[in-house]
Amino acid sequence: MATTLTNKPSAAPSAPTPPKVHGPRPLFDPPIVRRAVRDAFFKLNPLVMAKNPVMFVVWVGSAVTTIIFAQDIVKHAGGWETAFSGQIALWLWFTVLFAGFAEAIAEGRGKAQADELRKTRSTTMARRIVKNGKEEAVAAAMLRKGDICVCEVGDIIPGDGTVIEGIASVDESAITGESAPVIREAGGDRSAVTGGTKVISDMIKIEITSNPGETFIDRMIGLVEGAARQKTPNEIALNILIAGLTIIFMLATITLLPFAIYSVQQAGSGAPPSIPILVSLLVCLIPTTIGGLLSAIGIAGMDRVMQYNVLAMSGKAVEAAGDVDVLLLDKTGTITLGNRQATEFIPLPGVGIADLADAAQLSSIADETPEGRSIVVLAKDKYGLRGRHFNDGEVEFIPFTAQTRMSGADIGHSRIRKGAVQAVADYLTQSGSTVPKELFEIADGISNQGGTPLAVAVDGKALGVIFLKDIIKGGMRERFAHMRAMGIKTVMITGDNPLTAAAIAQEAGVDDYLAQAKPEDKMALIKKEQAQGRLVAMTGDGTNDAPALAQADVGVAMNSGTQAAKEAGNMVDLDSNPTKLIEIVEIGKQLLMTRGALTTFSIANDVAKYFAIIPAMFSMLYIMSGHAHGPLWALNVMKLHSPYSAVLAAVIFNALVIIALIPVALKGVAYRPMGAAQVLRRNLMVWGVGGILAPFPFIWLLDQIVVLLHCAPAH
Amino acid sequence: MFNQLGTSIKITLVLLVIVSGIYPLAVWGVSQVLLPRQANGSLVKSSSGAIVGSTLIGQGFTKPEYFHPRPSAAGSGYDPTQSSGTNLGPTSDKLINGVHKKLANGKDDPNNFDGVKDLAAAYRTENGLSATARVPVDAVTRSASGLDPDISIENARVQAARVAKARNTDVSAITRLIDKTAHGRDLGFLGEPRVNVLSVNLALDQEYPLNKSLVKPGAK
Amino acid sequence: MTLIGWLQIVVFFGLLLALTKPMGIFMHRVFEGEPTFLTPVMRPIEKLIYRLCGVREDDDMPWTRYTVAMLFFSIVTLLLTYAILRWQAYLPLNPMRLGSDKAPGWGTAMTPDLAFNTAASFTTNTNWQAYSGENTMSYFSQMVALASHNFFSAAAGIAIAIAFVRGLARKSATGVGNFWVDLTRATLYVLLPLCIVIALVYVQQGMPQNFHAYHTAQTVEGSAQIIPGGPVASQEAIKMLGTNGGGIFNANSSHPFENPTPLTNFIQMLTIFLIGGGIVYTFGIAVGNVRQGWAIFAAMSALFLLGVAVCYWQEAKGNPIINAVATGGNMEGKEARFGIASSTLFATITTDASCGAVNSMHDSYTPLGGLVPMANILTGEVIFGGVGAGLYGMLMYAILAVFIAGLMVGRTPEYLGKKVEAFEVKMAMLACLILVADVLGFTALSCVTHVPHPATYWNTVSGTPPSVNALASANTNNSGPHGFSEILYTFDSATGNNGSAFAGISVNTPYWNLTIGIAMLIGRFLMIIPLLAIAGSMAKKKRVPVSSGTFPTDNALFAGLLVGVVIIVGALSYFPAVALGPVVEHFLMLGGKTF
Repeated sequence: MATTLTNKPSAAPSAPTPPKVHGPRPLFDPPIVRRAVRDAFFKLNPLVMAKNPVMFVVWVGSAVTTIIFAQDIVKHAGGWETAFSGQIALWLWFTVLFAGFAEAIAEGRGKAQADELRKTRSTTMARRIVKNGKEEAVAAAMLRKGDICVCEVGDIIPGDGTVIEGIASVDESAITGESAPVIREAGGDRSAVTGGTKVISDMIKIEITSNPGETFIDRMIGLVEGAARQKTPNEIALNILIAGLTIIFMLATITLLPFAIYSVQQAGSGAPPSIPILVSLLVCLIPTTIGGLLSAIGIAGMDRVMQYNVLAMSGKAVEAAGDVDVLLLDKTGTITLGNRQATEFIPLPGVGIADLADAAQLSSIADETPEGRSIVVLAKDKYGLRGRHFNDGEVEFIPFTAQTRMSGADIGHSRIRKGAVQAVADYLTQSGSTVPKELFEIADGISNQGGTPLAVAVDGKALGVIFLKDIIKGGMRERFAHMRAMGIKTVMITGDNPLTAAAIAQEAGVDDYLAQAKPEDKMALIKKEQAQGRLVAMTGDGTNDAPALAQADVGVAMNSGTQAAKEAGNMVDLDSNPTKLIEIVEIGKQLLMTRGALTTFSIANDVAKYFAIIPAMFSMLYIMSGHAHGPLWALNVMKLHSPYSAVLAAVIFNALVIIALIPVALKGVAYRPMGAAQVLRRNLMVWGVGGILAPFPFIWLLDQIVVLLHCAPAH
Repeated sequence: MFNQLGTSIKITLVLLVIVSGIYPLAVWGVSQVLLPRQANGSLVKSSSGAIVGSTLIGQGFTKPEYFHPRPSAAGSGYDPTQSSGTNLGPTSDKLINGVHKKLANGKDDPNNFDGVKDLAAAYRTENGLSATARVPVDAVTRSASGLDPDISIENARVQAARVAKARNTDVSAITRLIDKTAHGRDLGFLGEPRVNVLSVNLALDQEYPLNKSLVKPGAK
Repeated sequence: MTLIGWLQIVVFFGLLLALTKPMGIFMHRVFEGEPTFLTPVMRPIEKLIYRLCGVREDDDMPWTRYTVAMLFFSIVTLLLTYAILRWQAYLPLNPMRLGSDKAPGWGTAMTPDLAFNTAASFTTNTNWQAYSGENTMSYFSQMVALASHNFFSAAAGIAIAIAFVRGLARKSATGVGNFWVDLTRATLYVLLPLCIVIALVYVQQGMPQNFHAYHTAQTVEGSAQIIPGGPVASQEAIKMLGTNGGGIFNANSSHPFENPTPLTNFIQMLTIFLIGGGIVYTFGIAVGNVRQGWAIFAAMSALFLLGVAVCYWQEAKGNPIINAVATGGNMEGKEARFGIASSTLFATITTDASCGAVNSMHDSYTPLGGLVPMANILTGEVIFGGVGAGLYGMLMYAILAVFIAGLMVGRTPEYLGKKVEAFEVKMAMLACLILVADVLGFTALSCVTHVPHPATYWNTVSGTPPSVNALASANTNNSGPHGFSEILYTFDSATGNNGSAFAGISVNTPYWNLTIGIAMLIGRFLMIIPLLAIAGSMAKKKRVPVSSGTFPTDNALFAGLLVGVVIIVGALSYFPAVALGPVVEHFLMLGGKTF
């Protein structure tokens, strides 16, 4: 099946693309918010709550306080005491709701995405080939692994599969959001097709590789919806810490009652704290902020990866990305643009540079590869050589073949050839000419500078060499410097010879390179780094990359790659842009930072809350005659109005801080690539010291408001 | 796993021989030979060989002609079988104001206790200070052991006038004796300067005897 | 506060700093089995011990076996001590016939509950003295039942710390060392030689070392005074060096026989920190970066200096009620020879470490002055700490600090190249939880417990008439918030295996002896087991190489973070309790209120 496509499917991936269809939604998209509010109430179900120990404690506290409030109402007890327990109950319920809302809104973004994906799974009909070679129409949902189908222009590909025959351009925007069509062809590394995508040219035969319900889109829906979400190892550890702290604070609160009973008996003044106040203290102390936001952070982390059009198969993979120590990056397409460009013509001694340029241009006129075109352009721009017109028959273009490793043109009597230096040298030797040694010297010089030399010969005589240069993508040097600052080693993988590789590595600023790399070398490198305790990330697309992808701690498979590669990796880049590995690492780091920052903040907040509640709780204890309050009221450093207003302000602060930090949980903390020591210093100041100080003014303000609104007494 | 139990028993016995046998006995042997005075409790003996006390252990003095030690909470005062402080806290009414009760028979309750204020008042009276004078704190507080052999130099100086009067001598002589007997700080910076009450009182009896017949045969 | 007072503190710290490195290097060599100057003398004895006890030196134990060995050893020594104490009447070196019918009138009985409490106390390195040594313990009991534990529990503590350090230092290993070898080496190379030297210096300064019967002196004013004796110097040396704190006499290191001069006082303070400081350096060597050790040392130093500054300041400022009649700060419960600076320095050190020896009565400190020792113990005695225990306690904090703050550098947390994962967090939180529950739980219980009938047995102070008030809390010596402080400090000290006390509380009753005894056992062993589990799990891990993305744990920032974590975790757990004790008492004292 021939292709009519003229431009060869380019191996060059697009430059780093900003996220497209799945791109950044506004943080609080109205429909998502509406759904999240509804879901927050569903999450009040104690069975759901029990999975989150911190919030479960708040839930129980809310219930207890509500019962006490109800009893007060039934007993017609009026006064501040009842108003207080009612308000506390209300704000405790809000605390639970806010935590549920945070989780729901994080999930909501994924759910909206899943809905879009579901639309593509409309009832497609497949053209299945049965044994005798005939076609039959079956519903896509009936296809099993191993079935063969045919897809033509306009057909929706009925399921995940491998192209076994033909080549076609396919619109994968349904899953990638990328509208430019991609090429899928039998054999090689671009043979995988995804169900739900659309063939827009030619015809292909595919072998189905997944059973119904297990297709890529099904998995994708599951992943973005969070249905398949499992807690990551770090999340589990953090949950243990939070649960442990919760128990410690429960001990501190529960034992406070006997302490208070003893103290009241000794003092002969004051009263043991009421249950609503003890519950308030408990809820303020236990890490509700991080407890309420922890799952939202994890979901949002995967969502952020998704916004980069990368599909993480598990949260664990995203977390591991933050830990990566070594990045293996393929040179072509990741570090350099996929195509090399001619930058210079270097003639042999005694050859005019214009002659060389002319020959080079002539040899490349029919060469539609980017390299070929760049030679034409260079000759035109630098030597004013315009493209020429030839009459039919006057010129015969010699295409590149794997055997000759040369291309060129026969124009009249002149035979112009260009190709790899060794190939041209062989060609010259065969045709009885001598090869000037300068040719090799020039070629080596180019290799040393990281270029690729192409020799040009006319009529059995070498003219010189074209300097083809790898063009390093813009900004790569800076990014590698950032990686280095973060302690991540970058290793460039290339098939080039060591000289070229070293030069490019130097220019791009990577830390190390692996030259003349074969797939097994890559694997060996990963194992070596891992044996030293390092975590390795890599990208890959070919079938022969699959073992390495599976071995790497973070393996990002290109969506354009083979099914095997996609299954081996733990992430799939839907845009097939290997440079994105760097962003993935950054997202992973940001996710972990956000968790650490909010945990620290949550714990640091407790200091201020103690200063609000403890004086309030014991405001009348050990009171001395002539004083309005007992001595512990001196700890009321915020000068809060009254015991009731102080406790209420602390509880309201505790609830509102969850809402206030939802954007941080969803977007992640501000992230800059720097060394760990700097990051730590900065985050400790912002979230640690800030976490200690910030609540003081806010609790003070809430106290003012509470009193102003007559929700609590002013004295 | 239970062979660990056997090892435990064996190693306990072997190490006991070393740390509870050889070690203390070796220290005992060496110190009894080289440092017998200290090793046996720094005892002070009269010329007749009777033990008068230990320079390290405080003893009660109440007579005006002697320097008085700090108040003591060890038993009924300076009882080395009951070493102890008051363990009263800063807001203890007993510590500050004392306990003064009468029993039904009109006698003082044996559990009565002099508070800091009582001690200060008594100290002022003894030493002829004004009723509002602030006294050296060691004179009105009980030590940790109840056996504190020392008082502060300030405390000794305040008592000097009383002692001088009781012994019919002038204050400067007593002050000189205080200076002679006083310990400075160890190595010039450790602890506090102090006067050992037993030593200074023995020196008093030696140098300013009250009455020849009553002279206590003190340190040589 | 005086300049000379501060000079004592500064010189003390300077000397500690100077001794840390040599001590650390020495201990590293000892526990790695490398030759030291003591090898020619001690090695034959060491080998003999192994042969007698059937110990294979090269037998590398996994953490579970190491723990079992430690537990068996503790149980055996605990039972031995209990037996000796109960039978001391039938044992030698008991000139005063203490514990028998023929004991003098001032003698106190060795009841089963007291014997249990004391055995638990010495086994756990607490050395809580529910008894008064001079009227309860025979010389044999002191020497064999008690002083032996001063060696054993200290050596076990050092061994555990060394095992913990091995866990952090080794990679992909299953073993953490051999308990018997570590125990023997700690005893023979570290504790014993230093003790011999120090004990002789102590005798020279006036500490007794004899076995004779108590002398009866005829005092100058003519009354009788019974002067006790005993093998004091040999026990004092190990009491401080092993951060045990259990002395011969009730008044402990304030007793002039236990601490005759300011110089012995200074040596005692220095020896409390000597091993605790040195082992931090040993840790640095073991993990291949002494800066790691110095960072821990810096955090400990900062907390130590902060504590001593507050304590000295408050005590020098004194109690305003007493200041109205006297000058010179708070000298209640302090010895004249030590004064305020040496007393507060000692109080800070003895509670930074889990020593618990006292040269002044903490119960009589000003509220905030007394809060310093209380808080030092509440935060887990991680400031140099008990021999060994301080290091592993602080490393537990380090692991928690790394876990919480480490995430903020954008990597899953690691300490010394080892990933800190769910298991380690679980064990560290478990240890934290147990300590908090132990302190707060028993305090709460004792605040409100009406001792079950017959109250005449459970809570009667021996020698006094049966208590009508069956409340356990009636045993406090002070009323008002200070009474609460006494109860809180009691279980704080028991859990922290400190042994110092707000000593006014009458604790020699079955209720208190049992609760405190249990609290001590929980505080020691239920903390050690999770920590050894961490050591075992860490030893198995691979070591991630350091890069600029690694959370730095060897610099001032980390030391600062560690200080912050220790203070915040301690403050958050105990602030309400402390508010009802020392804090409210402070305000009441300023207001002139008494109870």
